[in-house]
Amino acid sequence: MTSKRQEKIRNFCIIAHIDHGKSTLADRLIEATGTLTKREMEDQVLDTMELEKERGITIKSQAVRLVYSDSKGDEYILNLIDTPGHVDFNYEVSRSLAACEGAILVVDATQGIQAQTLANCYLALDHNLEIVPVINKIDLQSARPDEVKKEIEDIIGLDCSDAPLISAKVGIGIEEVLKAVIEKIPAPDGYIEGPLKALIFDSIYDPYKGVVCYVRIKDGTVKKGTRIKLMMTGKEYEVTEVGIFRPSFMEVNELKAGDVGYITASIKNVRDARVGDTITEAERMAKEPLPGYRPAVPMVYSGFYPADSSKYEELKEALEKLQLNDAALTFEPETSVALGFGFRCGFLGLLHMEIVQERLEREYNLDLVTTAPSVIYKIILTNGNVIELTNPTNMPSPTEIDYMQEPIVNASIICPNDFVGAVMELCQGRRGTFKNMEYLETTRVMLHYEMPLNEIIYDFFDALKSRTKGYASLDYEFSGYKKSELVKLDILLNGDIVDALSQIVPEERAYYRGRAIAEKLKEVIPRQQFEIPIQAAIGSKIIARETIKALRKDVLAKCYGGDISRKKKLLEKQKEGKKRMKQIGTVEVPQEAFMSVLKVEQ
Amino acid sequence: MINSLYVHIPFCKKKCLYCDFNSYVRLDIQDDYIKALLTEIKRINQSKFKTIFIGGGTPTILSISNLKKLLSELKKFNADEFTVETNPGTLDDQKARILKEYGVNRISIGLQAWQNNLLERLGRIHRVEDFLISYEMLKKIGFSNINIDLMFGIPNQTMSNWVQTIENVLKLNPSHVSCYSLIIEEGTLYYEMYEKNQLTLIDEDTERQMYYYAVESLNKKGIKRYEISNFSKEGYECSHNITYWMDEEYIGVGAGAHSYVQNKRFSNYKNIDRYIEGIYLRNAIEESEVIETYDEMSEFMFMGLRMTKGIEKERFLKRFNKDVYDVYGDKINILKQKNLIIDDGKNIMLTDKGIDISNQVFINFLK
Repeated sequence: MTSKRQEKIRNFCIIAHIDHGKSTLADRLIEATGTLTKREMEDQVLDTMELEKERGITIKSQAVRLVYSDSKGDEYILNLIDTPGHVDFNYEVSRSLAACEGAILVVDATQGIQAQTLANCYLALDHNLEIVPVINKIDLQSARPDEVKKEIEDIIGLDCSDAPLISAKVGIGIEEVLKAVIEKIPAPDGYIEGPLKALIFDSIYDPYKGVVCYVRIKDGTVKKGTRIKLMMTGKEYEVTEVGIFRPSFMEVNELKAGDVGYITASIKNVRDARVGDTITEAERMAKEPLPGYRPAVPMVYSGFYPADSSKYEELKEALEKLQLNDAALTFEPETSVALGFGFRCGFLGLLHMEIVQERLEREYNLDLVTTAPSVIYKIILTNGNVIELTNPTNMPSPTEIDYMQEPIVNASIICPNDFVGAVMELCQGRRGTFKNMEYLETTRVMLHYEMPLNEIIYDFFDALKSRTKGYASLDYEFSGYKKSELVKLDILLNGDIVDALSQIVPEERAYYRGRAIAEKLKEVIPRQQFEIPIQAAIGSKIIARETIKALRKDVLAKCYGGDISRKKKLLEKQKEGKKRMKQIGTVEVPQEAFMSVLKVEQ
Repeated sequence: MINSLYVHIPFCKKKCLYCDFNSYVRLDIQDDYIKALLTEIKRINQSKFKTIFIGGGTPTILSISNLKKLLSELKKFNADEFTVETNPGTLDDQKARILKEYGVNRISIGLQAWQNNLLERLGRIHRVEDFLISYEMLKKIGFSNINIDLMFGIPNQTMSNWVQTIENVLKLNPSHVSCYSLIIEEGTLYYEMYEKNQLTLIDEDTERQMYYYAVESLNKKGIKRYEISNFSKEGYECSHNITYWMDEEYIGVGAGAHSYVQNKRFSNYKNIDRYIEGIYLRNAIEESEVIETYDEMSEFMFMGLRMTKGIEKERFLKRFNKDVYDVYGDKINILKQKNLIIDDGKNIMLTDKGIDISNQVFINFLK
C-alpha cells in the first residue's frame, strides 16, 4: 500500500563497475536538482574521506535527498544512496540495495559490461530492484552505445530501448536520468502507522552526535524521543535526533515509512548499531526483523605492529577509534618474537586492509609493520577438534593434524578474448579450477573459476591486470571450504625463524615459493656488518638458501669544512632509513620486507 | 682568534668526470672574481691565520697577475702553513716561483693514478709525465712539503694498477699522500653514466684490498695514516684540514666557501656571478645553519673520529662540560662490543673495521 505522500518519493542507488562514472553522475544529479550550490559543489561530493577522493573509490555508504520538480510541476523527493563498489564491501552494498526500490545501472559506453557491473547488477536483481540502465561517457570518441545497449540486453536481459545516453562528466542527459528514475522506479510502500521497522544500511561515529544510523524506514514513524530497540542486540535507546541528508545532516521532525534519513540515540559504538540490523519501537515491537542481517565476517587477517614498539598503546587507541566507525574491523593483541607486541587484525578483504593501514598511517601518524595477509584455514586435528587458523605461526605440529581446509571462492573474470589464454594460464598457476566460459559478445568472454582465496590475496589482481594490459575485471564471492594439502613455510634469518614471515602454502609449490621468497628477501634486506644466511624451511627441512654478503664498505672518503653540512644530512638520511628498520635478533629488516614476500612472481 | 682561512678558486680548464666541487670552466671572468675575492678578504677583521689553504677548482690556473694580487693580500696573514692546490699542466716555473716568493710552503698536487688510460677515464687534463715534470720542478724550487692526491676504486682500475701507482709514488718520497676512494656524487658526469649503466664499478672487496694495500705500504715507508684518507710523515700532517676534523672554527672566502664561526656555519653563493654581486651588496651568504649544542657534539664526534687518534675525551669534557660517556655512553659501549671503536683511556678511535664502515659508526652520534 502506497500513500499519497509516498507516491512522491523515490529511493534508489547507483551501481557500476569502478570508474564507470558512478560518483560523477551522483555529482551531476545533486547539481541538477539544486541541492548544493555551485560554490558548495566539489568533485565526488559524496565521498567525504580523503582516501576515497584520492583513490576514486567509495568506501562508506552515503546518502543525499534531492528535490526534483517534473515538467508538470509535481515535486518529488529522490533519495540517492551512494554505495561502495568493491567486492570487499558486498554486504554493505547489499544492505544499501535493500534500502532502495530501484537502481541506476551505469555502464561505460567505451568499456561495456565489466565484472562488477554484473556482480552488482545481480545483487540488485536479487533484491527485486527496478533497474534503470544508463549508458555513460557517450562524449568519448571510442563510445559504442549501441553495442553496449545490446550487450546489456543480451547478457542481463534488461530492456535498453529507451536507456538514457549520457555523459556525466560533460553533463549530457542528466534530465533524462531524473525522468527515468521517476517513471520507472516504484514509489516505496509500508505502513506509516505500523510498528517501526527501520533498516540500518550504514552507521558512522560522529564525535558530537555519537553513532549516526543511516536508515530506511520500512514501516512506522520515528521522531525525537521515540524509545527504540535494536532487534539484533536487543539494546534500547531514546532517539535524540532524526534528520535527512542534504547531504550534510539536517534535522527534521520525523521520518516516516518510505523515507531515508538518519537517527541518533546516544549510541556509543557502531558495533551496537550494525549494518543490517532493524530498529523498532521498544514499546511496540515489530513481530520480526527485516530479513538479510548477518554480522560482517573478516576474510583476511594480518598482523599490525608499530614500527616503534613504544607506540603499541597508540596503535591500540587508533584501532579502537577506527573500529567505532568500522564494524567489520576486528583486532586482538598478538605477540611476535620478531616484531614484539601488535595486533592480529581481521578484514573483509585486501582493499579493506589497505584502507585501514593507510588511515592508521595518515590519520594517526603511525609507522606500521604489517605481515603478509592470511586467510582463515580450518585445521582438523587427529583428535577430531577443529581449529580456525588466522596466524600461520600458530599452526600445530604436522603430527597433530589430520587434514586442512582452505577457503574457496567463485571468481569471475571478464576480458577480451585475446587474453583468454593468458588468464587461464594465470588461474591454473594459482590452483584455479575452470568452471565455464561464456561469450558476452564476439570479442569478450567471462571465465568462471573456482579458486583458493589465498591465491587471490597473493597479488592476483595485479598479475591479472598486467597479463591483460589492464583489460580484465575480476569479481569473486566466498563459496566454502575445501580440503587441501598445505604446509607451513618458515623463513630463517641468521639461523632463527622469523615468525612474522611464516606463511601457509600449498605443499606442491612450497619449494618454489621458498626459493622465490629467499631471493626476494636478499634483494630487500640491505647488507649488514656480518654475513646473513636466509633460509626457507618446512619443519626442519631447509628447502632454499640465499646469503646476504657482509657490508664491506660504508665510508665517506672526503670530509672537509665545506662538506660537513651536506655529509651530515646524508648521515641523517641513512640513520632515518635505519630507524625504519625492524631489529630481528641481530638483523635489521626493512618494514617492506614483511609485505614483499607476497609480491614474489608466481 | 680563528686559526684557519680557506680561499676558493672556482675555475678549471676542464671539469673532471667525477668532480662535484664548485668549479667552472669560465676563466674569462677571473679578473672580476679576484677583485670581489680581494674585497671579501680585506673585510676579514683579524690579522693572522695559522693556516691558509687555497683550494679549487685549480688555483694555479689563475693568470700571473691575479695570482700575485691574491697571494700578496694573503701573505699579510703570515700563515705558518700555507697550502695551494694545483694540477699538473697548470703550473709552470714562473708560477711555482711566485708561490714560493709569497710564502706558500705546502703544495697539494692531484695525480690520481699512474696510468694514462685511467687518467683519461677520469677526465683529467694531464698525463703521468706532466705530473712528474711539475713535481720535480716544485722540489727543485725548494718545496719540501708536497701532498700527492691519489684515487682508488676507479672504474676499470685493477689491483696491479693501484700497486704500480703506490710504488711509483713512494719512489718520489713524498711527505704527504691522500688516497681517496672514488665516490660517485650526484650531479657529476660519472653519476649520469652510472645511472645509465655505463660505468662498471669495481667490487667492494677489491676496493677494500686497495685501501689496505695503501695503508700498509705507505706505513712501511713511514707515511702514516692520520685520517681515513690522509697519510703523512711525522710532522707533515695538514694542520689546515685538522682544523676541520677537530671541529674548530674557520673562515672561508670565495664562491661556495663555508665558514664556521660562533656556532654558525654558513656558505657563500656557489654561483660566481651571484657571489660577485653579493660581495658588493655586502651579503654573499647563500646558506646558513645554526649549530646547536647537540649538533656540535655530533660533528665533534663524526669529524674527530675520522682521525687515527680519534677524539680526545678530555677535549670533549672541556668543550661541552660533559663527559662523552654521559652523552654517548650506550652507543660507545655497543660500538666497542662490535669492535668498531676502541677507547685507549685517553682517546676514542675507530678500529680498522670501524673505518671500513665508519658511516655506520657515525650515525650513532647523530640526533
